[in-house]
Amino acid sequence: MTMTHTIQLINLLAAMLLLIAFAMLSQRRILSLINLFAWQGLVLSLSTFVVAYSTDQRHLYYSAGLTLLLKVLVLPWLLHRLIRKLNVRWDVETLINIPTTMLVGIGLVIFAFNLAAPISQLSESITRGLIGIALASVLLSLLMMLTRRKAVPQVVGFLAMENGLFFAATSATHGMPLVVELGIALDVLVATFIFGIFFFQIRETFDSLDIRHMERLKDD
Amino acid sequence: MIDLQLMALLLTPLMGGLLLAAFGSRSWAAELNSLMSFGTFIAAVVLTMRVIDSGPQVAFNEQFFIDQFNVFLVALTAFVAFTTSLFSRPYMRIEQHHGKLTTQMLHLYYSMYQLFTLAMLVALTSNNMGIIWVAMEAATLTTVLLVSLYRTPASIEAAWKYFILCGVGIALALFGTILLYFAAERVLGEGGTALLWTHLNQVKGSLEPTVLKLAFVFLLVGYGTKIGLVPLHSWLPDAHAEGPTPVSAVLSGLLLNVALCAVMRCKVLVDGALGTHLAGNLMMGFGLLSVVVAALFLSRQKDIKRMFAYSSIEHMGLVTFAFGMGGPVATFAAMLHMTVHSLTKSAIFFAVGHAVQKSGTQQMENIRGMMQVSPTVGWGLMLGTLAILGMPPFGVFASEFLIITTAMHDYPWATPILLIALGIAFAAIFGKVQPIVFGETTARRLPHQPALIPVFAHLLLVLILGLYMPPYLADWYRQAAALLGG
Repeated sequence: MTMTHTIQLINLLAAMLLLIAFAMLSQRRILSLINLFAWQGLVLSLSTFVVAYSTDQRHLYYSAGLTLLLKVLVLPWLLHRLIRKLNVRWDVETLINIPTTMLVGIGLVIFAFNLAAPISQLSESITRGLIGIALASVLLSLLMMLTRRKAVPQVVGFLAMENGLFFAATSATHGMPLVVELGIALDVLVATFIFGIFFFQIRETFDSLDIRHMERLKDD
Repeated sequence: MIDLQLMALLLTPLMGGLLLAAFGSRSWAAELNSLMSFGTFIAAVVLTMRVIDSGPQVAFNEQFFIDQFNVFLVALTAFVAFTTSLFSRPYMRIEQHHGKLTTQMLHLYYSMYQLFTLAMLVALTSNNMGIIWVAMEAATLTTVLLVSLYRTPASIEAAWKYFILCGVGIALALFGTILLYFAAERVLGEGGTALLWTHLNQVKGSLEPTVLKLAFVFLLVGYGTKIGLVPLHSWLPDAHAEGPTPVSAVLSGLLLNVALCAVMRCKVLVDGALGTHLAGNLMMGFGLLSVVVAALFLSRQKDIKRMFAYSSIEHMGLVTFAFGMGGPVATFAAMLHMTVHSLTKSAIFFAVGHAVQKSGTQQMENIRGMMQVSPTVGWGLMLGTLAILGMPPFGVFASEFLIITTAMHDYPWATPILLIALGIAFAAIFGKVQPIVFGETTARRLPHQPALIPVFAHLLLVLILGLYMPPYLADWYRQAAALLGG
């Protein structure tokens, strides 16, 4: 594989990552949302693998494998199990104003590209153009967390944000040191378990996974 | 040798967490919790003496770094964690007696308490900016289930908000850390050393300024969520009000400091790279905004724990402002203020906890006449309130005085804003605590003897720090201030 092919392949994968982030923003069904999250993980793992192959960084192979294991297999499996147990598998969320959300999303992408432009110019990594895309997908996931009214999609947004951050780490640099990546992966896994516990606590207390019931704590 | 001492400091709470995960439902779990916290405190004292004697050192293949600045926070964290464990022993038993907690909930509480201490100590002592991030996230994860310990709708809502908001905040901090690594990698090369603070500190002059500027904004916003800086503070009053009181005490007295320590580490690097006062200006802005907004919100509070949570936002804002001003005096004052705020605020939460148990509500209009029911709780609350409001001769007065006189000298425009905010806070808190302490009462007796020694021990220390600063302590703080580039 020549260098230009590699770069084109990584750019293609980055575009897919961003596209999936947009798809998640507009996806109403919880089940499809989790599948999209798994696809995003797969794209992420592939792009990490391509970077590892072209730069011959041994530890990037490990993090590609770790991503595949955690974000494509374990976390989606855990989420599937959770929504089956909670019986919200076929839940459809009523999203207000998808077009407006999309427009805000496009605005965020432009903002992210502008913010990342000076940094991209400094990068010597083969994936230097992609910091903007990584930041854009972080911000899109953040937007998704803000617009959702149900607990499970909020958590998927949280995990998707982690994907964007991970992509930033592999595109701006050649991945964080392995010990840090392991620590982050552990935190994400534990966080997902705790979110799972929370889903049950919320459902038990409020009879629903709708966050709208949880707006009692306010000042005055 | 330093490796061994550090290992003792970190392994004691880890062992405690594991032991209590196994034996947390036994009747002696509370005593074991205090014992392990005491062990951690002793280890912290030994480590502190060592660092004061022989200066900053690295340990474990440079993965950990201890200097005068973080060792003072290590000592403070271990001390308050120990006294809080003493307080929580009768407090949690009374809660159990009142039927609010079950044995399983206590089991979770004890083991998480130890692991939370561990996460904070790792975040303080780690030399690796990535591991600091991991430990900060771990500190959230260990406390989030403690905030929802009572399983009431309000506590679950508070914990969810805490989890989501701090999760988002900490994700932004990770992006900042990635940018920092990106800048460092160009100077230090790839691999493990490019995230080590000691290495970064040596080459901070040649780090790329544009990248560091952006990195600091992300790091400040991210860790600032944890510090409770306005406008990222909305999780803090909820989590403090709805969680069990010992958790409120350690969140307010310790976790906020730990997050601020991480920000200060970043500020030193950014100052070196930029050569301007940008980082300091940002911190001053956030700090001043926090002081003002928190002071305005104080008078509207009805829940006693919520009110003191807003007071924490106000004081952390003041510390952030002082660190932002920079310079040896302001940095010294900021560290002193961190110390006295931790001690006073946790003492107040101890007294508030028992007052709430006696009257069975957190609504301030229904808590009355504590002096009649229990003079110790009443005096604890009154003296603690006077101390936190900055009345002389308590230590808070000394540090606030130093901060305001420095501001008067360097940033005169900020002084009236600070003084008015502190005045509003005084009127709001004193006006509400006064009828709680005096007046007629309907409160009941408690089934267990409350532990009030920690309250008075903390207040005594704050009083001593206000009246007389031992020369070696002043010297220690001065060295730490110099390390922060003061």
